[in-house]
Amino acid sequence: MSIVTVQLGQCGNQIGHEVFNAICSDFHSTHGLCSKKENESYQEACKERFFSEEKTGVPVARAVLVDMEPKVISQTVSMAARSGCWKYDHQSHFCQKQGSGNNWANGYSVHGPRHKDAIMNLVQKEAEKCDRLSGFFTVMSMAGGTGSGMGAFVTQCLRDAFPASFILNQVVWPYGTGEVIVQNYNSVLTLSHLYQSSDALLVHENDAIHKICAQLMNIKQISFRDVNRVIAHQLGSVFQPTHTSERDLMDSLVPHPEFKMLGLRNIPQMSENSLAYSTFTWPGLIKHLRQMLIAHAKMEEGINWQVRPPLPGLPVSQKCSPSRAPHFNTSVANLAILRGKDVQSVDVGGFRDAALYTSWLNPQDAFNVWKTPRAFNKYEKSAALVSNSQFLLKPLDDIVGKAWNMFASKAYVHQYTKFGIEEEDFLDCFTALEQVLSSYASL
Amino acid sequence: MTQSVMVQVGQCGNQIGCRFWDLALREHAAINQKGIYDEALSSFFRNVDTRTDGDGIDIYKGKICSLKARALLIDMEEGVVNEILQGPLRDVFDSKQLITDVSGSGNNWAVGHKLYGCQYQENIVEKLRRTAEHCDCLQCFFVIHSMGGGTGSGLGTFVLNVLEDEFPEVYRFVTSVYPSGEDDVVTSPYNSVLAMKELNEHADCVLPIENESLFNIVSKIHQMTNSGKLGSTVKQNSLITSSAGGIRTDQAKPFDAMNNIVANLLLNLTSSARFEGSLNMDLNEISMNLVPFPQLHYLVSSLTPLYTLADVNIPSRRLDQMFSDAFSKDHQLIQADPKHSLYLACALLVRGNVQVSDLRRNIERLKPSLQFVSWNQEGWKTGLCSVPPVGHSHSLLALANNTCVKPTFMELKDRFMKLYKKKAHLHHYLHVDGMEQSCFSEAVSSLTDLIEEYNQLDVSKGRPRTDPPRLKIAI
Repeated sequence: MSIVTVQLGQCGNQIGHEVFNAICSDFHSTHGLCSKKENESYQEACKERFFSEEKTGVPVARAVLVDMEPKVISQTVSMAARSGCWKYDHQSHFCQKQGSGNNWANGYSVHGPRHKDAIMNLVQKEAEKCDRLSGFFTVMSMAGGTGSGMGAFVTQCLRDAFPASFILNQVVWPYGTGEVIVQNYNSVLTLSHLYQSSDALLVHENDAIHKICAQLMNIKQISFRDVNRVIAHQLGSVFQPTHTSERDLMDSLVPHPEFKMLGLRNIPQMSENSLAYSTFTWPGLIKHLRQMLIAHAKMEEGINWQVRPPLPGLPVSQKCSPSRAPHFNTSVANLAILRGKDVQSVDVGGFRDAALYTSWLNPQDAFNVWKTPRAFNKYEKSAALVSNSQFLLKPLDDIVGKAWNMFASKAYVHQYTKFGIEEEDFLDCFTALEQVLSSYASL
Repeated sequence: MTQSVMVQVGQCGNQIGCRFWDLALREHAAINQKGIYDEALSSFFRNVDTRTDGDGIDIYKGKICSLKARALLIDMEEGVVNEILQGPLRDVFDSKQLITDVSGSGNNWAVGHKLYGCQYQENIVEKLRRTAEHCDCLQCFFVIHSMGGGTGSGLGTFVLNVLEDEFPEVYRFVTSVYPSGEDDVVTSPYNSVLAMKELNEHADCVLPIENESLFNIVSKIHQMTNSGKLGSTVKQNSLITSSAGGIRTDQAKPFDAMNNIVANLLLNLTSSARFEGSLNMDLNEISMNLVPFPQLHYLVSSLTPLYTLADVNIPSRRLDQMFSDAFSKDHQLIQADPKHSLYLACALLVRGNVQVSDLRRNIERLKPSLQFVSWNQEGWKTGLCSVPPVGHSHSLLALANNTCVKPTFMELKDRFMKLYKKKAHLHHYLHVDGMEQSCFSEAVSSLTDLIEEYNQLDVSKGRPRTDPPRLKIAI
């Protein structure tokens, strides 16, 4: 079952490149953690999922690279080719000369329609190379113009052209204190549009990943490459084969179309130097992961152990408002992915506790676990948790709040109306997101 | 990759332009070791096969044959342009890129705008069209001029109008040198205010520059390098006032040091569009992020560091100092203090070996001392370009949309009114065909409106913040 990756904009292309790097380096070397024979079937599955074979034997990524200006794509393609382990299909990219100028309206209303045919042709070609196409994975940021605006448009096109395939959007949330001044507008427009066409949105926040780099990986001068590598590692830990299909990922995690925001936590995460001196036990990893989930922690340091699930039988606590983040993170659904030694013996009962979940779902359905004895990327044991929960409630509320504040003063709106996005369109998007916030708050 | 075209008008515009082309060649020569004509070069230069007759055929790839600047040089006197054509940069321009006349504009905006504008309109349009045709994807026109004279001010703003009419999709970034209080041109307030109206209406972004600020920066550097304390350890070609390493080997002219600062400003502004980086910032993004309302498009700029010491190991403390300096009033290119006024938006374009964590750390550190408008509390636009400028390991360009431009505009208006009330020198303007009293009243009215916009924003500065109520959803 193959996945076609669509990399959009500077962020999407930079991250996409690191993802393929992580996947390739994972299946290439076993790091002494499994036998060569075991690795072979893993390799086969990996390759089929993400790469197509070329005559030269170098795996070619199943990817379409899209950007409105050429510098990033040309860098990305040449870096991949230089690695010697894998490369991009040299025809599978689309770029223009002048970027989108951080303008969502430019990406969505101008570039999207203008280049739709060319881009969808490339996607179609990649899809045809797959024996069995499972679905699409798009990588984008929501702060800029291309990834966000064009990304929303392309997602819509994918949905129209491939109604039976899944679409998972990996969306990068920008740093809270500015990368782009109009990032909140672009974010609101992107999220509200993606919600309509996508199956699920897998979110990474730059602020959270930055902290992981600083505190867990001990990197002193953190670059975007470091951030992207952490994201790639997290994504790899979800997507590497486990004998289950991604369709199931969607079905299990998104039981209701109102709840599509997924978060990702990965444990353990540390610098290579520290890894040599650390040992892990499954009970320890599971315990930490569970607490990270319920206490809104994004990494395994600084977890608030005081937070406990509400006791059964007591009256349900007052429904909170989005701006006051609930102390305890209620989930809609969770998926744990465990990789490594002795994985069969792991007890995940803690995740089946009904108290973790909203009342309208049976905890048996709300929690799923995938296991594989094949370790991932140098970690003897590792666990990833993909969760559909309230963890994005506060960050989303902040973004919508700031965007609304700016919208009330009408600042920058003329830049959008110039390209056909009117005030009513903004209002529709705000309404859609307030709805999402309200739904998550009432879990 | 996109292209940009320089339109240099008047004495000041051409002198700055000349410094720009010299430093641009120096920058590309330092990076482009193999002599291949690459995309970065193509943003400002054509590669022309000069062996053939006529315009020369453009060569898009391969070795550099002959580089020609994408520029239009306009002056109503011949002196400056002739000097450029006889100097070491003569091969970078060809005669088809020039528009000159003999007698000058007599420091009279009306002569520049109405008289010469009318006379040379067709010529200007034709030459602009030709320059645009040589571009694959033209993104931006950079107009360089001074506000106080006649040609740069009058004809320069006329060209701005033409650019908007003929190329509405292409951005117009204007670098304007504003006259200081003790300007020796008596009518400079008239010229400036008349030009301001045009900038208000037809420019996408304006970068105001004041000679006084440039002069102060030059003096400061002079002091530092000659005081003996740092003298020998400063890398000469790292001074933002230096022409070292450029083509010119003859005696430097008096304004060269000051003009080099402006040239470096333009190079840094376009660096992320030309060179790679982990977070690119293109020219259209600058306009998008820094102009919240169409009229408020005046950006205060600052460049740091002013020089780099020769020692290779630069501790991060120096890096942080670079960020702090960018907000100090001594480093701004106009007489303004952004720290004590209200920010509408701020952009930081970093070049060289600086990573996102350095950027974040410094933004967090400096934010508390800066005041941002209530609807843009985190109004930062950041860019990271991997290629540093010549002689530096890293550098920073800060662009601020800040109410600190208001005093400059208010003083300009005061000086204008002093003359206008007495109708001094008015007849020189009014006897030019097409010029009427209403031109003056409209211009000062436009300036007054602009000042009022900034006033409104300043008034909101101290007020307690009340966020607008959010939409309520019926469940």
